[in-house]
Amino acid sequence: MKPRHKRFVFIGLGLLALAVASMLILNAFQSNLVFFFTPTQVANAEVPKGRGFRIGGMVEDGSLTREGDGLTVHFVVTDFAKRVPVTFKGILPDLFKEGKGVVAQGQLGPDGTFLASEVLAKHDENYMPPEAADALAKAKASGAQPSNTLVVNPR
Amino acid sequence: MIPEIGHFALILALCVAVVQGSLPIYGAAVGNSALMSIAKPAARGQFLLVLLAFCCLGYAFAAKDFSVLYVAATSNSQLPLHYRLAAIWGAHEGSLLLWVFILTIWMVAVSFLSAHLPEAMRARILGVMGLVSMGFLLFMLTVSNPFERLIPAAFDGRDLNPLLQDPGMVIHPPMLYMGYVGFSVAFAFAIAALFGGTLDAAWARWSRPWTTVAWCFLTIGVAMGSGWAYYELGWGGWWFWDPVENASFMPWLAGTALIHSLAVTDKRGGFKAWSVLLAILAFSLSLLGTFLVRSGVLTSVHAFATDPKRGLFILVFLAVVIGGSLMLYAWRAPRVGLGGGFSVISREGMLLTNNVLLIAALGSVLLGTLYPLFLDALDLGKISVGPPYFDTVFVPLMTPAIFLMGIGPLAQWKKASLPELAMRLRWAFGVSVTTALVLPIVLGHWSPLVSLGLLLALWIATTIATDLRERLAHTDGNSFFGRLASMPRSYWGMVVAHFGLALFITGVTMVKGFEVEQDVRMNVGQTATLGGYTFRFDGTQQYKGPNYVAARGTIHVSQDGHDVTVMYPEKRRYTVQNQTMTEAAISPGLLRDLYVSLGEPLDDGAWSVRLYHKPFIDWIWGGCLIMAMGGVLAISDRRYRLAWRRKDVEVPATTQMARQTVS
Repeated sequence: MKPRHKRFVFIGLGLLALAVASMLILNAFQSNLVFFFTPTQVANAEVPKGRGFRIGGMVEDGSLTREGDGLTVHFVVTDFAKRVPVTFKGILPDLFKEGKGVVAQGQLGPDGTFLASEVLAKHDENYMPPEAADALAKAKASGAQPSNTLVVNPR
Repeated sequence: MIPEIGHFALILALCVAVVQGSLPIYGAAVGNSALMSIAKPAARGQFLLVLLAFCCLGYAFAAKDFSVLYVAATSNSQLPLHYRLAAIWGAHEGSLLLWVFILTIWMVAVSFLSAHLPEAMRARILGVMGLVSMGFLLFMLTVSNPFERLIPAAFDGRDLNPLLQDPGMVIHPPMLYMGYVGFSVAFAFAIAALFGGTLDAAWARWSRPWTTVAWCFLTIGVAMGSGWAYYELGWGGWWFWDPVENASFMPWLAGTALIHSLAVTDKRGGFKAWSVLLAILAFSLSLLGTFLVRSGVLTSVHAFATDPKRGLFILVFLAVVIGGSLMLYAWRAPRVGLGGGFSVISREGMLLTNNVLLIAALGSVLLGTLYPLFLDALDLGKISVGPPYFDTVFVPLMTPAIFLMGIGPLAQWKKASLPELAMRLRWAFGVSVTTALVLPIVLGHWSPLVSLGLLLALWIATTIATDLRERLAHTDGNSFFGRLASMPRSYWGMVVAHFGLALFITGVTMVKGFEVEQDVRMNVGQTATLGGYTFRFDGTQQYKGPNYVAARGTIHVSQDGHDVTVMYPEKRRYTVQNQTMTEAAISPGLLRDLYVSLGEPLDDGAWSVRLYHKPFIDWIWGGCLIMAMGGVLAISDRRYRLAWRRKDVEVPATTQMARQTVS
């Protein structure tokens, strides 16, 4: 091969690799993006059906109940405007507490209960998951009743 | 008083950095050797000043000086001394100080180990490092000063985040930073070469060991971070594709590509411009990683809003360093030249393909990490990119790279023949394919991904064996071991590092394919069975640590009626921050880990308990360690030691290789 041809081969291979990589990435991106919704958006039925998403807000005080197996828990996530009941089977993270911020990932069940596959609460006491803080801020901005336990500024 | 001394030392260090970053570079440009010779003493002086500052901060922590804001924010009078000292790098300000401190260590190392470099080159390298250090010192002194006073002084500190009160934390950040900052040397070499306009094989030979050392540290640092997440977070994962982890992984990918590209530049004089670009990339990503993790951008984009000055400084600094060096690259790279030609099927061709694949993988990680941040910053909605994205992208990109990794070392430079390679590798191929297909069935669970993982690991191992056998056949010598020992250390380094990767892949594959986990409610005396082991829960007891109270569970583990071990998982409550922490109990083993962590207390002394059986998980970190050992072997090669010793002698390869670059 002449050097010029060789260069074409290289450029061609490079472009091919780029194309394959972009295709993979875009494809994976499409199917793995997890969108975030607030309890208000859930109540307004703005959420996708049959596809996972995240909700965030506060764990309502006094809403946590545990079934007899010790693992299945029910609680309510609220943005102080709307409430979403959540069911989760598994061990909750250390920083999960009533009256604290939480983010849960899962799907909406047929009865309107959010079936969480994962509950996230992050690394330190004062930390509020940004999504949760955002949900509260949005609900507040739209004129919902404010609450004195509201922590809007994450750290 | 002591903190003020530290503060003052930092200001002086900044002054020295300004001198070091300007005069030697100017001197090198105009050929003034008096100006160039400033670089060495300046670098050493700066090291001493930053060391002084570092010791002052350490003293403030040791003496529990809660009139220093940073000390009050990250430690507490009940915190044991070793964690108080580790708290130096427990948050943003101190981490930056550690960063600069390590940068000055690298500078001093360069100043002592650069006797064989031309004067102008050394002046430029130390000058560029001085500029980097100037940026960081300026950042610290303007918006994040670790010595800031708190008046009136706090009565007691707010304590170190309990997650960080762990031996792993004491050593993980310094290791990681040694790696991050180590790439600044490669970066400085690259920028110096661009300034000087000469870039030859000798340049690659000089910067190679530095890059490899940094890469070794980074490998260990990333592995330790992963290990820390495994035993400290309490849910048994070892990699979450969390942005913080990605921030350390991206420089590693770039550094790995750089090592391989430098090998070509060193041996064949090729890939010059590409090596320079990778050096810039690796260091830029290190900077990005440092800032992403430590600035609070990641926990929330809004951290920018809480301290806009800090965020702005970071953005400007990143823009100047990355933008500036890329502009310099665009301007000067054409002078550097591309290097010798080679055929598509050749060792160069395969290394190039591997490099491209590594960079593509890097790009995909970068996209997945930054895209949610961008969307959020532009207020276009909140999304998260989950681990499945990274898994689905990473595996297909790395599979061909690892396949080529097996062939590359056997291929000839310049031009290789495919049929011949296929002949030489037919046994390796046959053995690995057969074993990869059969082994999972023997183990009782076949899935395509397990087979693929095993295939890749076996392919690496068998091709290494093939390569070794061929080389032994061509080496003269009497005894088998004599012939083994006669091969250069750099070759052994490659073999060991590649083998480490094979172990790593085996670990990942086995854990992903065969781990079992169970969340159960356990009453006192109740048993649960998992992976052939029986776990009996014997209840919990209260006990008190230095700065926490804990419930400690006792779990007896037996297998076929024989006692295996007793495990003590804990649930701790750190009193100062009133934060609960799960302390998992792990029984490690070569072939499996047993992992137990306490969930929540239920009625009658029962607990929810999380049990894991994780086969081969320690191979993941063992593999990384062996990769790093490979790096250490490679830099102990004779040719570098000779280069160290040879002082004023011109490196002969310089002129020879320079001629090859015409094409």
